[in-house]
Amino acid sequence: MAESTDATVDEKDEISSESSVSVDTDGFGGSAASEEIVLDVIDLQTHFTTRWGTVKAVDGVTYHVKRGETLGIVGESGSGKSVTALSLMRLVPTPPGKIVAGEVILGGRNLLELSEGQMTSVRGGEISIILQDPMQALNPVFDIANQVGEAIKIHQKLKGNALWEKIVDSLRKVRIPAPESRAKDYPHQLSGGMRQRVVGAIGISSAPAVIIADEPTTSLDVTIQAAYLRLLRQIQQEEGVGIIFITHDFGIVAKMCDRVAVMYAGRIVEVADVRTIFNEPLHEYTKALISSVPKLEEKTGRLPQIEGQPPLLYNLPPGDAFAPRSTLDFTPEEAERRPPLIEVEDRHWVQLSKSSVAEYDKYAHLMPAEDNK
Amino acid sequence: MTTAENVTIPSAPGVNPSADAIISIRNLRKWYQVGGGFMGFGQKIFLKAVDDVSFDIERNKTFGLVGESGCGKTTTLKLLLGLEKPTGGEIYYEGEDVSTMTKAGKTEFRRSVQAVFQDPWSSLNPRMRVRSIVGEPLEIATKMTKGQISTRVGDLLSETGLNPYQANLYPHEFSGGQRQRIGIARALALNPKVIALDEPVSALDVSIRAQIMNLLVDLQEEHGLAYLLVAHNLATVRYMCHDMAVMYLGVVQESGETEAIFNNPMHIYTNALVSAALPSHPDIQREEFLLPGEVVSPIDPPPGDVFMTRTPLEVDPNHRWANERPPLVEKEPGHWVVETPWSMASDAGLKVELTGHAGV
Repeated sequence: MAESTDATVDEKDEISSESSVSVDTDGFGGSAASEEIVLDVIDLQTHFTTRWGTVKAVDGVTYHVKRGETLGIVGESGSGKSVTALSLMRLVPTPPGKIVAGEVILGGRNLLELSEGQMTSVRGGEISIILQDPMQALNPVFDIANQVGEAIKIHQKLKGNALWEKIVDSLRKVRIPAPESRAKDYPHQLSGGMRQRVVGAIGISSAPAVIIADEPTTSLDVTIQAAYLRLLRQIQQEEGVGIIFITHDFGIVAKMCDRVAVMYAGRIVEVADVRTIFNEPLHEYTKALISSVPKLEEKTGRLPQIEGQPPLLYNLPPGDAFAPRSTLDFTPEEAERRPPLIEVEDRHWVQLSKSSVAEYDKYAHLMPAEDNK
Repeated sequence: MTTAENVTIPSAPGVNPSADAIISIRNLRKWYQVGGGFMGFGQKIFLKAVDDVSFDIERNKTFGLVGESGCGKTTTLKLLLGLEKPTGGEIYYEGEDVSTMTKAGKTEFRRSVQAVFQDPWSSLNPRMRVRSIVGEPLEIATKMTKGQISTRVGDLLSETGLNPYQANLYPHEFSGGQRQRIGIARALALNPKVIALDEPVSALDVSIRAQIMNLLVDLQEEHGLAYLLVAHNLATVRYMCHDMAVMYLGVVQESGETEAIFNNPMHIYTNALVSAALPSHPDIQREEFLLPGEVVSPIDPPPGDVFMTRTPLEVDPNHRWANERPPLVEKEPGHWVVETPWSMASDAGLKVELTGHAGV
């Protein structure tokens, strides 16, 4: 059986040329990013009805993705990052979940207003998702050609030879060696990294405008992860696709993302380009998350730790959800108001509150008048 | 009784178990027979999960085992805990060979070596209250009264950052981080000297990981504990470990002090792992050295150097180390590496420099 030989050191030139172009000064690190917005999410709200009450898993989330850009959505379990992604695809299990408000604009249409039939052609067509566990995303009883072909049949109405060509072409795009013979394999015959590439091939087969990558490398080993992340970047540069990268790992953010949205308790607490997030984070949660991760590059002293636990979503405080874990000095009243997301610097948005932003006084004049306390 | 002084240990770091070592592992093997050898005929086929592994865990220090899945790091941990029976080799506890210990000695060893597991959702019995989970080792292994056990459980819970009043709750009433604290309290119950930590933070939320790592560091200082940490995250290993070993296909490829290895990784495989690890800042751009091929099966590995199918350098099939297992060589004091004509990063021009970034 042919072993993978695609990830050889021969590709070193390619990597270094890639890394040299990804430093630019306009604050959008990615080389492939443009100003054209391909996906616009406005005030998305997804709620779940549980026996403990209504869980606001996504509580008014607004963001956009540009062509060729990678937007990182960072958060812990329960922060709403994955439910946001499922809501975009309209894959939230209903009941108990329900998208109660918001707009998802893709290609000039609001996806939330489409019929289920229209949505089927959008899913896997204009927007596709790569899930965490490739073994669960692939059906063990069908061969690879069948599963990659299914998406192509639905979206491009191809048959026979043309379909086969397209299948092999998709597998070639994700650098699967010997794609003609691998297409006839079943998922269990492939390694974890190769399986995740097949899922990627399904994702890109219909040239989507946006790919949602939901922690696609969590189950992979470090070296396989590195090869897969590099592949995603290459595909992005070739196809100009916008990527939403959902992760809890700031290492992946540092490596992959142009812009970052940090989520906490169903809301975005900070959005900025990746260097601003690392160099000048404003929200206490962002600061704490970044500084509490040990560094590979140096032996660090004792790690600063965030006290407390992530909040229970059915029992959120009415105002600033991070306030109970914040170490800043504030009165209970100052944490009571729901903090608005405000653009405090150019393209740097933060959920502004005295309880979670140390530099609050500097930006206090930007706060809207208290009309809806 | 076999003691450290009267055994010869050919290919091991430190050769003889050192006086500082609380655990010395020498030439440890775990082979699983997976085929062949029917009624004594035919070639037996083995899966060599752990093959000739040697290292020392020093008192009050943390030893890290790193490598990709299937490298044998978890099997090594299970062998130390006695959850698997070794095919060959020795484990020395305080200089004494565990396999030849008396029954009382073995009991003492088992009490002194405890474990904390990766997944706090599956490693705690959902039907037991915290009181029973943490108290169970005390009930089984000591003659403490119920009252004494209850007091001790309360102390253990406060020591691990939980409230003694939570002893009556069930595991599902706790968050992931709190459950891991329960697992740590259970491991501490019998005053062990060594705790084996199997990926203790990788299943936890990011904001909780630092809490648990710091708790482990504090407990180590207070109780003079030695840790064996199995992890795949190199940054965690650099933060937690004093010494470490890098494993590939059941064999240690490089071992030594953690800082010596991160400052001067010698083996190509170590360099490949380090270069593939994620950066801590977007301005850090490391070149990745991705090795050719994929991890090969540990079933029937090459008779010589197991790494030879992954090296970017040319392998001479007639070379001694292509046909015979190469030993670890002490290249710097305390820094051991498998040296063959195709294994050294300096020969391949694949040396990773770990540097920080200008910002912050």
